[in-house]
Amino acid sequence: MSARLRWLVRQPWSWSFAAAIVVWLVAAVAAGQGAGGALTAALAFGTFYVIVGLGQMVVVTLGPGNVDLSIPSTIALAGVIGMKVMDGSNGGIVPGILAALAAGAAVGLANAGLVFLLRIPPIVATLSASFIVQSIAIEIGGGLLVKPPPALAWFATAAPLGLPLAALVALALSLLVSLVLARTIFGRTVSAIGQNRRAARLAGLQVNLVAVATYALSGVLSAVCGVLLASFSGGASLDMGVEYLLSSIAVVVIGGTSVNGGRASPAGVWGAALFLFLLVSMLNTLGFGAGTRMVLTGLVIIGVITAAGGERAA
Amino acid sequence: MPSSCVPLATESSHADRAHSLVRFTEIAKSFGPVRALDGVDLTIEAGECLGLVGHNGAGKSTLINLLTGALAPTSGSMEVAGAPGSVHDPRAARALGIRCVFQELSLCPNLTVAENTRLVHPGLRGWNWSRRAASLIEAALDTVFPGHRIRAGATVASLSLTERQMVEIARAFTTTDIAPRLVILDEPTSSLDASTASQLLAHIGRVTQRGCSVLLVTHMLHEVLESADRIAVMSDGRVVGCDPAGVHDRDSLVALMSGGTHRASVARLAADRRTGSSQVLRATPKGGEPLVANQGEVIGLGGLAGHGQTEFLVDLFSARTMAMVAGDRKRDGVFPLWSIGENISVGAYRKHLRHGLLNLASEEASAEEWRGRMKIRAPDMGNPILSLSGGNQQKALFARALDSDAGIILMDDPMRGVDVQTKQDVYAMIRAQAAAGRTFLWYTTEMDELYECDRVYVFREGRIMAALGPDEITEERVLQASF
Repeated sequence: MSARLRWLVRQPWSWSFAAAIVVWLVAAVAAGQGAGGALTAALAFGTFYVIVGLGQMVVVTLGPGNVDLSIPSTIALAGVIGMKVMDGSNGGIVPGILAALAAGAAVGLANAGLVFLLRIPPIVATLSASFIVQSIAIEIGGGLLVKPPPALAWFATAAPLGLPLAALVALALSLLVSLVLARTIFGRTVSAIGQNRRAARLAGLQVNLVAVATYALSGVLSAVCGVLLASFSGGASLDMGVEYLLSSIAVVVIGGTSVNGGRASPAGVWGAALFLFLLVSMLNTLGFGAGTRMVLTGLVIIGVITAAGGERAA
Repeated sequence: MPSSCVPLATESSHADRAHSLVRFTEIAKSFGPVRALDGVDLTIEAGECLGLVGHNGAGKSTLINLLTGALAPTSGSMEVAGAPGSVHDPRAARALGIRCVFQELSLCPNLTVAENTRLVHPGLRGWNWSRRAASLIEAALDTVFPGHRIRAGATVASLSLTERQMVEIARAFTTTDIAPRLVILDEPTSSLDASTASQLLAHIGRVTQRGCSVLLVTHMLHEVLESADRIAVMSDGRVVGCDPAGVHDRDSLVALMSGGTHRASVARLAADRRTGSSQVLRATPKGGEPLVANQGEVIGLGGLAGHGQTEFLVDLFSARTMAMVAGDRKRDGVFPLWSIGENISVGAYRKHLRHGLLNLASEEASAEEWRGRMKIRAPDMGNPILSLSGGNQQKALFARALDSDAGIILMDDPMRGVDVQTKQDVYAMIRAQAAAGRTFLWYTTEMDELYECDRVYVFREGRIMAALGPDEITEERVLQASF
């Protein structure tokens, strides 16, 4: 094995990309259709996985036990608030986005309060918060589907030259998160907490502040996803976030982020998001029913994690 | 001084020689270059209580580990119950009737008292084992600690520290298949109150009369003086004295422990630096005497290990003005996923910031500088911190603290595992930095390091027992205040 290839195999994100490429090729050959079309679709849908995955990744990096299960309800709440404030007019886009982001940040801070002030385990805290958040979203939404402003709807669905514009937003966010993690005191502190919280405090790092900000960040990214998703699908529905509960965790883990904390892999989130979408669409084109599809999806995820984990431990 | 501990009785008669339960001859144990035991001769007679005292690092724990089969000697010969050869493993020790009550409590907190008893008695099996285990431990508790009020069905986690220690001790005296012949008690009274401690000492008297031997390892000198038949004193891996308890008092034991060496403090502090320097810290651990530190001083925190020094430093720590050098690297210091360089720069991020972002080149340059200054043995500071030996990891943690701009550096016995040459380099660095105005709070269990300090506070049970000035730092004074 050449040195370059060995370096590639050692990267935490390499496995998710390899898996995505394999599934992509199988899907293209099996369906006999243009592989480019499959990729465009994967980028369009994968964008949403990526955005929430980034937030989940930073939370998971805080160390064992840290997880944000309120992502689906935050998506719903932010989508509903954003669409309500925009009220279908292009002029409302900026205030609508700001309102949605503020809602996301508020949910994140509330989660952090439950976790760090009341000392409730994150898995319980964010899950119970999500019931409350979902109820607020139902109350605000009132069961009506508010359509997105035309400009935002166009932006969320446009894909000139097969490249969805929304994917560019996700790409920009990924680069930003990567930079923050590698090159800011905040990012290094997140990694330090994930490795050894006590040592991080004794090294003089702002442990509590950073941990709270991390949950807020996840809330904000869920809000971005909520607004884009509502615009993409023609309006905010209350259950549009449901599938992001498990997939946000799946893309983090498949992407090579350490579940024990301390090591994040933003690039891997992309590979994993594309892989997840392509896997489902491949099984679709191969003609499997819904039940078989889910079983196979679960098995393939287990396989990828086992293969990647075994290799990294070596 | 020959390190010999053979009682008069065995020299006079062959019959008694056969009764020695344990006989160590010229036992040595090395860990790499460190000689933990340096030629120990020691016997434990059947039915005697042998007291074992000595300061931290004197070799007491190593000796216990040889008896329990956790370690094998490097050289020398061991004889237990007439059978020559070392104790191969803990199971063999148990078969020989050797029981040990550890200083760190070894009960499983999620199990009941009875279930914990079953753990050491494989014979308690079959129908109704838990009832039998319960009556076994209850009988033992009734004997050792009459009026104890501990239920055998209680989970250990629900017991107080004192009660857990009582269970641990009572369990060592229970018998199913193999009767205990030697019970090793390592600091057994550290969590007991005065009345339960005296119950235990009375019980020791009873079991030794029945022929069971007890090795009582403790820092509480009055206990060995009261209960032991003979007292062995260890210092620097040797037994420096072993006499009937009657010939000793507290002072004679302390004098033996300090090995008779009276090295004076380095006392190298320039008087002009101390005068006029301002007070930077005043703290009162556990409501005892206050600790005061002036700018540019090196303050030693002495006393036996585990007497609240680490807790004091951790509680005192404040990120704004202080940096900490961890002693327990894994728990308090090292970030295992990071490189050596990243582990150093974490203490001084601010100086690597350019426009709000960390400058990697600046971080690297600083890591390189510290590799030279601390002589960190690594080909590349980008290598993982865990690729370093323990001593070199410790140097990186030192670099982290010294690299920060903190005015006060807290050091939690940080020199464990560091080689002699580096120690000297670090001492010099501390002196230079103190001269430049930094203040050091230095907890150490090594007497030689207390000599490097300007003043020393000696801790016992979380409180300051003595404050020693530059001319008062001697091993004897420190030990006097420690016990």
